[in-house]
Amino acid sequence: MNKNKKDTKTKVTKSRGQFAIVLLSFKRNKLAMAGLIILFILFLTAIFAPFIAPYGFDTTDYDNTFQQPSAEHLFGTDEFGRDIFSRVVYGSRLSLSVGFIAVAISVVIGGTLGAIAGFYQKQIDNLIMRFMDILLAIPQFLLAISIVAVLGPGLFNLMIAVGISSIPRYARIVRATTMTIKGEEYIEAAVASGTNDTGIIFKHILPNCMAPLIVQISLGIADAILMAAGLSFIGLGIQPPAPEWGAMLSGGRNYIRGWAYMTYFPGLAIFFTTLSLNLVGDGLRDALDPKLKN
Amino acid sequence: MSKYLVKRIGYLFVTIAIVSFIVFMMLFFTPGDPATLILGNMSTEEAREAMREQLGLNSPFLVQYFNFVKDLVLHQDLGTSYITQRPVLQEILEVVPNTLILSFVAIVIAVVFGVALGIISAVRQYSLIDAIVTVFAMIGISAPIFWYGLLMILLFSVQLGWFPPSGFDTPSQMFLPCLALGIQSMSMIARMTRSSMLEIIRMDFVKMARAKGQKEVWVILSHVFRNALIPVITVIGLQFGMLLCGALFLEVIFSIPGLGRLMIESIKMRDYPVVMGGVFFMSLCVTIVNLITDICYALVDPKIAKS
Repeated sequence: MNKNKKDTKTKVTKSRGQFAIVLLSFKRNKLAMAGLIILFILFLTAIFAPFIAPYGFDTTDYDNTFQQPSAEHLFGTDEFGRDIFSRVVYGSRLSLSVGFIAVAISVVIGGTLGAIAGFYQKQIDNLIMRFMDILLAIPQFLLAISIVAVLGPGLFNLMIAVGISSIPRYARIVRATTMTIKGEEYIEAAVASGTNDTGIIFKHILPNCMAPLIVQISLGIADAILMAAGLSFIGLGIQPPAPEWGAMLSGGRNYIRGWAYMTYFPGLAIFFTTLSLNLVGDGLRDALDPKLKN
Repeated sequence: MSKYLVKRIGYLFVTIAIVSFIVFMMLFFTPGDPATLILGNMSTEEAREAMREQLGLNSPFLVQYFNFVKDLVLHQDLGTSYITQRPVLQEILEVVPNTLILSFVAIVIAVVFGVALGIISAVRQYSLIDAIVTVFAMIGISAPIFWYGLLMILLFSVQLGWFPPSGFDTPSQMFLPCLALGIQSMSMIARMTRSSMLEIIRMDFVKMARAKGQKEVWVILSHVFRNALIPVITVIGLQFGMLLCGALFLEVIFSIPGLGRLMIESIKMRDYPVVMGGVFFMSLCVTIVNLITDICYALVDPKIAKS
């Protein structure tokens, strides 16, 4: 009995130790920390957009169209005299919310399906995973385009399209992790103490799938933002005059000769956002799975 | 090997059948009345009803799907465009060579440079060149393909005037879109080659090969690279689907008549048979590439075919 108690104690300290190791390893990774700082700045920009942006995102000024970047207009103005800096600042709200909400949709649906498949296995597993295979048969971006084609363009439909198209990747990860942790003693203990299946899946299994999931979420948000910007670029996502970065690039394309700055800034905004998420995702993966670290 | 091949080809047909079902389902549930789209808002209700009857739109879902599959298998018929009234397959086949050339050249650029940079980076780990490749690969995967397209037009067409900013008939017109399309995949392949090589390079059999006195180049290419190839092939196979989708942006930016641009224009005109025909055709291409990838696995690692 005493021995058992001692064992549990060491296990608890060990798991705390692991978290500290992961945190330390992440902190030591300069690139990952740089990514985290950029991401933090982006969040602040999105939250405080009305205070940072000197003009409204749709304030037109026909006396000041096509102004090159200056002190008055940091990133210049577009064909309607709208301040590009203000539009880029407000655009962070759209891109981040699309990225996070789309991934939330796919993680909730994909994660739950994956956990159910991994927990019950057999026919249920077969049914769910074959359905995932069906979704995977069509390339992700193409699937998103098809969904938008059916639903029509717009912010909400864009989130759904991007969200649905990335469900399989999360379902697969959670399923694989569930299958490995299903045999662990704490799951057996929960079963023995009479917790029902829903409780086990949501209280015990899903929280323990977080490590591999969180890496995918970070990289997945970057992908979702790129996909949303792409759909808006080809006119199938968020519609003008909303300051979506991809849509702004599409608008700037017509004025690429002479007004190149209209192409630089929204592109840089997309680039820094996805770069920061990729750096954080890579850093988390290295920290959580030292085997992969080179 | 032949058993493995038969199994994979069987899987290919199952996937195609499933994709055809999804495509048809999307077509079926898309809002809007095809008869009104074809005849216009001014048409009479009788004319529309006659058109629906002619198109077989009044039959139940499964009957319509059965007819769709029958036409597809027996007559290679993907339906008729609402707008141009031409067969969808004919519209697709007219533009698809451009898309395939664009994707193929891009993947060649991506594989050649991606693998080379990955190998150099792994062999000279922590050197300056490794740092440069790692940083560029990170940048490469983070920026959107369409931004690369625009930046290349800015630099090479507007500033330097070296390459034309549109068209797809001459090699000089093809260069920029192919390069822009290849950068992202090149970065991913370089990253995967590097990490996969680094995993192998420390293994005992590599030390053994060196101990035997084999030349370093031979050790790297024959022992390390060959064993690091499986994940690299996986990435290359996955890239093709991404490139077909990415080609769509460059077709828009460089005004190339291709499958992606056809699909986008069709979505905007609500010409759904062309859109879904395009989705089906692209998925077919991706599924075939996946099959080729699987065969490559078996060739590189005979153990896979046996299991």
